[in-house]
Amino acid sequence: MTITHLPPFDITLKSGSLAVREALRHLLERLGPLELDIEEAGTVELVLAEALNNIVEHAYRAPEAAGPICIRCSHKKDGLHLRIRDRGLSMPDGPLADGGPARTEMISGDLPEGGFGWFLIRDLAKDVQYRRVGIENRLDLRLAVAMNATRGGSVHELRP
Amino acid sequence: MELSTKTEEPLRIVSVREPRIDAAVAIEFKDAMRARTEDGPNVVVLDLSQVQFIDSSGLGAIVSVMKTMSSQRQLVLAGLTPTVEKVFRLTRMDTVFRVFVTLEGALATLRT
Repeated sequence: MTITHLPPFDITLKSGSLAVREALRHLLERLGPLELDIEEAGTVELVLAEALNNIVEHAYRAPEAAGPICIRCSHKKDGLHLRIRDRGLSMPDGPLADGGPARTEMISGDLPEGGFGWFLIRDLAKDVQYRRVGIENRLDLRLAVAMNATRGGSVHELRP
Repeated sequence: MELSTKTEEPLRIVSVREPRIDAAVAIEFKDAMRARTEDGPNVVVLDLSQVQFIDSSGLGAIVSVMKTMSSQRQLVLAGLTPTVEKVFRLTRMDTVFRVFVTLEGALATLRT
């Protein structure tokens, strides 16, 4: 069984909700050789969409402050490692610390319309870590998809 | 945001003719949905069978539409594709809405 191993790659975008769409499309295209199934592709798209939307809506909150976002994607034995960097406002304490399950016990008039984003990231991604490094926000996470190497078989390197 | 609306008493069916309900269109979707559900039958079936992707903003917009409907009225979801279904399941919003696998199934049940 020959297994595709993707070399690391970067995708850079300027903050904006349409740019997020474009970046997601681009990323999934780059992951094409991994032949993710619909479940795995959905996980990748969802987690990345939430992380990027969070940057667009909070880190670069002011429209005139829209700045660069850089995504580095590395494919390793234990899945896809993503590092997402931006130069916007730092993340306040909290979202990673709590963000429990959506509270469906509340009566419908009080149902939350937001706050699902971090919940989805925490639920779907592994090893989520946020750090402020100088003027940069750095979010690292791992997606347990395309873990070919753990199923055995040789790894076939794709040269860029 | 392209929505198509059909009224078949006692139901109103709103079909989303877009592949995505994401942050880029969430507000537009919410406004368009409100305009389509202001009046008419009490049960509104939201047909999501053409929607391949929804994010938390899109989910929030659907919740918001439901919340603005009066308490006698109901927003029912039908035709969830895999990623859309995943978002509703993980956030447990599938327990808040009545969810049907297909539009046909929803219509068959709700018409009776």
